[in-house]
Amino acid sequence: MSSSTDRVAQHPPSAPLAIHDMTVAYHRRPVLWDIDYDAPPGQLTAIVGPNGSGKTTLIKAAVELVPRASGDVRFFGSRYDDVRHRIGYVPQRGSVDWDFPVSALDVVAMGLYHRIGWFRPVTRKYKNEAMGYLERVGMADYAGRQISQLSGGQQQRVFLARALAQQADLYLMDEPFVGVDAATERAIVTILQDLRASGKTALVVHHDLQTVPEYFDHVLLLNMRLVATGPVSDVFTPDNLRATYGGKLALLDQVGHRMTLNRGTP
Amino acid sequence: MTPLPHHPVQNLGRTAVIAAVAILFTIPLPGVAAAPGTHSHRQPSADATDPTPSGTSIADARLRWPGWDKVVDTLLMRKYNTRIVLLGTMLLGIGAGTVGTFMLLRKRSLIGDVVSHASLPGIAIAFLYVEIAHPGSGRSLPSLLIGALIAGLIGVLCTLAISRFSRIKEDAALAIVLSVFFGLGIALFTIVQKLPTGQIAGLQQFIYGQTASMTANDVRLIGVASVVVLLVCGTLFKEFALLCFDEQFGRSQGWPTSRLDLALMGLVVCVAIIGLQSVGLLLVVAMLIIPAAAARFWTERLGAMTIIAAGIGGLSAWIGGAISSLFARFSAGAVIVLAGATFFLISLTLGSRRGLIPQLIDHLATSHRVGRHDLMRCIYELLESRAVRESNADTPTVPTTTDPLCDLSVSVDELLAARSWSLTRLQRLMRRSHHAGLLHTMSGKWHLTDDGARFARMVARNHRLWETFLILHADIAPSHVDRDADLIEHILEADLVEELQHAVQARYPQMGMPPSPHPLS
Repeated sequence: MSSSTDRVAQHPPSAPLAIHDMTVAYHRRPVLWDIDYDAPPGQLTAIVGPNGSGKTTLIKAAVELVPRASGDVRFFGSRYDDVRHRIGYVPQRGSVDWDFPVSALDVVAMGLYHRIGWFRPVTRKYKNEAMGYLERVGMADYAGRQISQLSGGQQQRVFLARALAQQADLYLMDEPFVGVDAATERAIVTILQDLRASGKTALVVHHDLQTVPEYFDHVLLLNMRLVATGPVSDVFTPDNLRATYGGKLALLDQVGHRMTLNRGTP
Repeated sequence: MTPLPHHPVQNLGRTAVIAAVAILFTIPLPGVAAAPGTHSHRQPSADATDPTPSGTSIADARLRWPGWDKVVDTLLMRKYNTRIVLLGTMLLGIGAGTVGTFMLLRKRSLIGDVVSHASLPGIAIAFLYVEIAHPGSGRSLPSLLIGALIAGLIGVLCTLAISRFSRIKEDAALAIVLSVFFGLGIALFTIVQKLPTGQIAGLQQFIYGQTASMTANDVRLIGVASVVVLLVCGTLFKEFALLCFDEQFGRSQGWPTSRLDLALMGLVVCVAIIGLQSVGLLLVVAMLIIPAAAARFWTERLGAMTIIAAGIGGLSAWIGGAISSLFARFSAGAVIVLAGATFFLISLTLGSRRGLIPQLIDHLATSHRVGRHDLMRCIYELLESRAVRESNADTPTVPTTTDPLCDLSVSVDELLAARSWSLTRLQRLMRRSHHAGLLHTMSGKWHLTDDGARFARMVARNHRLWETFLILHADIAPSHVDRDADLIEHILEADLVEELQHAVQARYPQMGMPPSPHPLS
């Protein structure tokens, strides 16, 4: 119902994430154009779009890991620098050196570093706390493992536990479901639901169209520009998907067909 | 991906191994240094009367083996000079090993090389500057070191700037900065050489290092620098770990990663510049990186790795310093690097975590175990189907006191036909199982022993249960279960195992389920 053009300059002051007319360019080539978006608080939002549509860039530009060409981003009405600790960023799994000599527990404890503060070592108290987060993602048995000895799904869960340890209010997750086993997928979904139940907001880059209506409340359709955004039941329509994915219709038509038959759930 | 079991007990064992290697390397050193040749056998008696056994001619090109008391003197650092030199190099080694760990993990191994090479023009310029201001005093060490420090810092900053603000990759940036600065240094040195006071000999020590010329002041300087390095690494340990492991995450958490990076680079520059004098600019990088690379083979923990690297760094510096003071012909820098390389080789081959030999042993043990399991399962399946056939034919079974499986025999040909193993491999497997008391042969036929029958039954049962589990519950299958090594009862809950047993019985109706070796609780 609400396309990007409807509501320019009507940002609620305290949206978890408010992106104002943001353009991002890589080597002079814009990859995101005039994104104007407010994340709905307390909801799970999927960021959906074809490969190269700028999903990852959207998140990275929001948290200033990629420079913005123009536009402004506010978190809870403040600048990112002032509220960093309220934002949990879960990068893609490939972004770190898994051969690094740390255990799963050590990685999770990194989420507590800002509370531990400068110069102070990670004491037993914090290790126990980190252990609690590993338990929440079902990884307590693997706490002592060096991280390269974990499967892809387990590595993803460790990342997730680290994000939980931050106790952020807004979570930005980049493709947490890629390459994970079913057990991990279920664990992630449970965690997402827990987060929502405790009033937190999550924006998740997601590639699997089939599960969008099942896992998420809101959806943000992206293809270099913001195609549409809103509740899944309103926005996740065959027409919008076609507008997002363009030529790659075969699969989409199937999904869309099933959706129209089942009233919104594929 | 097979999991490495992680037991604290093993960790203890590994620590013990590390300690043992360390001790091995420190204790027999006098023996190693004194032992070569028959010379040393004669030496001790000569030493008793003549404490300075250096009566050989100067023209003698062979190595002069030092006397036993000189060895002891050196190792115990009794003489003031050796004490100074050894303490200095050791502190340097410890500091370099510590910082080197972070450099290695940050994948900036060559940055130390950039610093040392980039310092050359700094040294030349400092010399020229002081020489112009106060002719004749250009060779003062502090000013030269300050020049080196500034130039080294500029070199590092250039490297970081090139790789950050252009599309040139970091390794290319390293190569460019390193060679350009070094070239500039060489060019400036030719100018220095033309000055009447600019005898190159005084400056050349920075290229090759000259440990023996260390003074108490130098050691004090090295000591202060090393302590600073250790203190900074100690207090900023978790911050550096975060920077090296996941810089983006660190930045997203509000850590000033650029400034942390600069601090780390500052430490590297410190160590490298201090090391110039003793090991020379060509070899400084080895002191930074070799100990860290060696340490990685012994541990999966950053803290332990740092400590081991510092230990190896200190130890190899000490060994190198000692040897070079015993044999005046060897330059300390070279021997330090060679000692470090020895540690590296030992770690590479024997390192408990990723050493080649432990890995090979691990691999052999696994293939051994898998082979035995395959063999026993195969025998069990052959005998089982035959037992089924015979009971279907209603031949009266001879009641035996032992396991009925033991009465049946298998031939090598049957086994060869059953699986795709080569005759040699099969024979080797059977020989090993025979040794292990699982098989015995009777008139050319192979039989299971009682133990063998029990083992075969357990393996077959475990295999079937796991297989069924994977088929029925593919979606929740634990991805890191070693299906041969882990008995299903140890991993899954009892009621699930029972459910699986029924499923297996349904899949193999005539065969039945091999009973569990453990009572199901």
